[in-house]
Amino acid sequence: MATIAEPERTAPQQPTYHEITRDVVATLGRPSRTYFVLLAVVLAVLALGGFALLWQVRWGLGVAGYTPPVLWGVYITTFVFWVGIAHSGTLISAILYLFRSAWRTSVYRTAEVMTVFAVLTAGLFPLIHVGRIWYAYWLFPYPNQRQLWVNFKSPLLWDVFAVSTYLTVSTLFLIVGLVPDVAAVREKATGWRRKLYEVTSLGWRGTDQQWRHYIRAYLYLAALATPLVLSVHSVVSWDFAMSIVPGWHATIFAPYFVAGAIYSGVAMVVTLLVPLRKVFKVERYITEDHFENLAKLLLLTGLIVGYAYAVEYFIAWYSGNPFEQASFYNRAFGDYWWATWTMIICNGFLPLLLFFRKVRRSIPALFVLSLFVNLGMWFERFVIIVVSLSFEYEPYAMGHYTPTWVEWSILAGSFAWFFLWFLLFAKNFPMVSITEVKEIIPMPRRARPRT
Amino acid sequence: MKKHPGGILAAYQHVDAAAGAIKTLQAKGYTDFTVYTPVPNVEIAQAVGHKVSPVRLWTLLGGLLGCATGFALTLWMSYDWPLVVGGKPVGSVIPYVVIAFELTILFGAGATILGLIFHSWRTRQLGAYDGRFTDDQVGIFVACPVERRPAVEELLRHSGAVEVRVET
Repeated sequence: MATIAEPERTAPQQPTYHEITRDVVATLGRPSRTYFVLLAVVLAVLALGGFALLWQVRWGLGVAGYTPPVLWGVYITTFVFWVGIAHSGTLISAILYLFRSAWRTSVYRTAEVMTVFAVLTAGLFPLIHVGRIWYAYWLFPYPNQRQLWVNFKSPLLWDVFAVSTYLTVSTLFLIVGLVPDVAAVREKATGWRRKLYEVTSLGWRGTDQQWRHYIRAYLYLAALATPLVLSVHSVVSWDFAMSIVPGWHATIFAPYFVAGAIYSGVAMVVTLLVPLRKVFKVERYITEDHFENLAKLLLLTGLIVGYAYAVEYFIAWYSGNPFEQASFYNRAFGDYWWATWTMIICNGFLPLLLFFRKVRRSIPALFVLSLFVNLGMWFERFVIIVVSLSFEYEPYAMGHYTPTWVEWSILAGSFAWFFLWFLLFAKNFPMVSITEVKEIIPMPRRARPRT
Repeated sequence: MKKHPGGILAAYQHVDAAAGAIKTLQAKGYTDFTVYTPVPNVEIAQAVGHKVSPVRLWTLLGGLLGCATGFALTLWMSYDWPLVVGGKPVGSVIPYVVIAFELTILFGAGATILGLIFHSWRTRQLGAYDGRFTDDQVGIFVACPVERRPAVEELLRHSGAVEVRVET
């Protein structure tokens, strides 16, 4: 029986499945000059960071600005910063997946990739901080000559387990999500790229049995990643909260850190998405609506962070504890007042602009705001770590820490390391999920579906 | 990859046409077929009628194993070299919950991946394939001997396939 196909029942603006594949595959084409310029800048900064690290390895931790009592400085600050950045990736990819939030589909891959590379970057800092990098394996429990095991009661060891688990699980989650997309790209690729995609698509052909197991596995990975993401920054916060340093010993730390982590992570997603959609010409898939949703997330988490700042100061006053009160007075009006006020203005006040719809839908305004939030969140960690340590109980034991060129260079190098991986990934694998963007568009039908 | 068995491969532009073809095939007693879709689709899944994947059992068992490993590792290592730290009991269960929790997630996720690989391999389908099925079309491959191919070809062609071809 011959049939005449009826027109496809899709909304006029929605791309077809074929257009989605075509547009995402186009992002993997020959890189533009801008891409190579960015790559060159990133490599130059990475070389500077690498040189500074070698310098520190050669001359020891004395070349960093550590001055007793501040023995956690830029490295631990940056470690916490990058672990925090990683958080929104899992929020967008796993938590919003469980809530069946459709808008996440276009942006979640970028967020997920950011998560993996941010944890990869964060993981460098405990190694750099311990000085003798080649002994970093002492952090893990392994049989040794002294028959001595690690101290499982220490929050620092909890951190080793939490961050290692987070890196492993977020990487697995990213790879699983990538497989069907790589298979779609494989069919359009030629040469060495085709070979690369043939291997990395793991024989995916989208059969009914493959989808049957895949959707179940993806669901459970999302369900496992959700409590994990909440636990990781809680554990990082306990590195501080479990000690008795004034300004650290607070029960609010876990939720405060988790909200701050998601806040900084969403800001970094915005920072990355704005140039990405232009360079790869995916404006059709990453629209103002996506940015507005991200802005709402920024506003929500920003308000939680602002509230946490206020509560910290209130409790310091209300507790009647003179050490707490002195610590918080010192934060606002002591040697590091500039860092504290940078943090408060960038994280507490600037996001209030997001109450205005015009700001939420203005991509340039959001980009600038996201940069301020990134800056503010780095300073938040600096204030918590450095300022608290420099001003503890005994006046004779107080001190001042100033980072050296080695620490600043390694900090800059960490950004270069992160962006290098991101740039390489973006040019070789789909940064917009082909499968999930298709999934929110109904498959073409010849007849109205029965309901 | 191992060579696929001979049969008929059909491509569909409309998902309801493909789902209808699957139901017709099943009604006529064909069970050895493979359906390809670019995205997971409920209508196709219902037509094929698979049970829920056993991957979830792997997740559960992996998580339980991870939790047990977390407590066993920490307690055994604590008592292997009994050292009082910070005035706490040598084997302190509460701090070890953190390690057990992280290993629950780690082992659960690892087991899920192993389960996915194992079951995908065990139920692998070697039917003929076309690159369009990861792009925008639904494919059905029916493995059948030469004498049944004309009937299957006719069935698929009349169910709304945009292309039907014999794969040897």
